[in-house]
Formats: sequence, structure tokens, C-alpha cells
Amino acid sequence: MIAYFVVGIFFGGVLTASEVISWFRIQEMFRFDAFHMYGIIGSAIVVAAISLQIIKRLGLRSATGEPIALPPKTLGSGARYAIGGTSFGIGWALTGACPGPLVALVASGAPVMLVAIASALLGTWVYGWLRPRLPH
Amino acid sequence: MPHPLPWYIAGPLIGLMVPILLLIGNKAFGISSNLRHICSAVAPCGIEFFGHNWKKVGLWNLVFVAGVFVGAAIIARLAPPTVTISPDTVSALQAIGVQEFGGLAPHDLFSWSALLTLRGAIVVIVGGFCVGFGASYAGGCTSGHAISGLADLQPASFIAVLGFFAGGLLTTYLILPRIL
Repeated sequence: MIAYFVVGIFFGGVLTASEVISWFRIQEMFRFDAFHMYGIIGSAIVVAAISLQIIKRLGLRSATGEPIALPPKTLGSGARYAIGGTSFGIGWALTGACPGPLVALVASGAPVMLVAIASALLGTWVYGWLRPRLPH
Repeated sequence: MPHPLPWYIAGPLIGLMVPILLLIGNKAFGISSNLRHICSAVAPCGIEFFGHNWKKVGLWNLVFVAGVFVGAAIIARLAPPTVTISPDTVSALQAIGVQEFGGLAPHDLFSWSALLTLRGAIVVIVGGFCVGFGASYAGGCTSGHAISGLADLQPASFIAVLGFFAGGLLTTYLILPRIL
């Protein structure tokens, strides 16, 4: 458990130092005015993809001895990804933050984001409640 | 420390979260599952989606997020971010009514007093709701879909990320100019 805490500290530090948690940076991204956010997300994907290939090719196991596998996401009709993704995007541009940055913002001088987190929990709860009636 | 930490350093470090969490304990990098775990811990209300064993499945992730909080607090103390964005974005935002450009987010939208205004309530409360509802419906957020999912070439994540941008562009060009 301590390992996850330490890795989390590292992740929170990088999110803050690279200003990914800034509403201004997210606006700049959605207005295509700077490369910064695209560079971060793009290079993160490339590094993660190469790492996954190395793990697969070498057949590495986790420190706990389990064979490593990312659970595949069921595609279904794709509706949940299209509708849920769009709703998430609306929230991302309004708050200027996705879930990790919301937490980082509370820690770095925007305590009002606690309200956004409470609201995100409510949004999750409402999804769980409506789930049987929503297209997936 | 340079401001901001350049993309070619920050991006690869963020990408390394995926193999590090897999190598430590076969865990999939994804922050938004924590919203589900907290709902399950606090108010499951007999709902099937919250009926999972959150301690077994999600405790590691909640600990990870506690780390994110501490890491952000440390960097904010050591090197307070002074965000300098593109002048084009500044003038576009000024044109739609954003006046304050200090800090990580405009104080005229993200503060306790702004929460009592219509626009402040929309960006924080409605925005937060859409983040939680959308991430849970889509089964992932930026970390789970845009980074882990795209790196693993999962078709579902491509659709989700297209949705993220569709929603983000809609908000940036159509919603924000009307509410700010």
C-alpha cells in the first residue's frame, strides 16, 4: 500500500508542476492554442504503449507474482463510450479538471474544488442508479 | 524548477504510471474508479453498481489518490505554479468575460464567493456532475481511457476520447461564451 501512496505523490507532483491541473491550460488545449497538453497526453500514451509491449513480450509478472494483463473494455454498442465520453468532456472543459486534477487542485489552493468533487460523486451515484435504464 | 515542467518530461513520467502500477500489483491506472468506490463505501443504497467489494478492489486506488493530494500540496508549496498561457487564449477568454489570469484557475469563477454566482455554480457544480456521471458511464476518464486505453489500442477508448473532445469543444465554443 505504501508503494501506491508514493507513486501517487509522484503523479500529483507531476500533474501540478506541468500545470495539467490548470483551467487555463485546458482552455488553451480545447482552443488549439498551444502544444503543451497534446505533447503531454501524446508522449504519455507513447511511453505507456511501449512499456505495455515490453511487459507483454517479456511476459513479466507483477511484484505480487500475478501475470500482468490490462482488462479489455467491452465495446458493446459503443453508446456508453460516446455518451459518457461527451458528458465527461463537457465537465472537463467547464471545471478545467479531470478527476486526478480535481484532487490536486484542492491541495494546491482551490479548496472550492471540494464542491466539484462532491458533485462528481453525486454524478457517479446518479449514473449507478440509472444504469439499468441507460444504453450501454 | 522550470515553469511549467516541459511536456517531454511530464508526459513520459505520466505514461510510466501505467507500467509501474502493473508491475507493483497488476493494477490498471485509472483515477475515476475511485468515485465508484467512494459511493460504494458511503451510500451504496442497494444499487448493483455499488455492490462491489470496494476495499478489496479499490483501496489501493484510494491510497494512490491520497498520494496525489500530498504530491500536489508539496509542489504547490515548493514551486507555486504561475501559469502563462498563449496570448491567443488570453484574448479569447477576455472576450468572453474572464478577467483574472493569476493562479491555476480564474478566481472570478473558482472561489467560495463565485460559487454563489450563476456562472460559478455552473462551472463547479454542473461541471463536477458531468465529470462524475460521464467518467462512470464511459467507464474511465483521461487516465483510464486516454492514456491506459489508447496505449493498449482498445477501440472503446478511441470512442471515449472522441467523446471527451466532442464535449470539450462543444463547451469551449458554445457553452462557455454564453454563461461567462
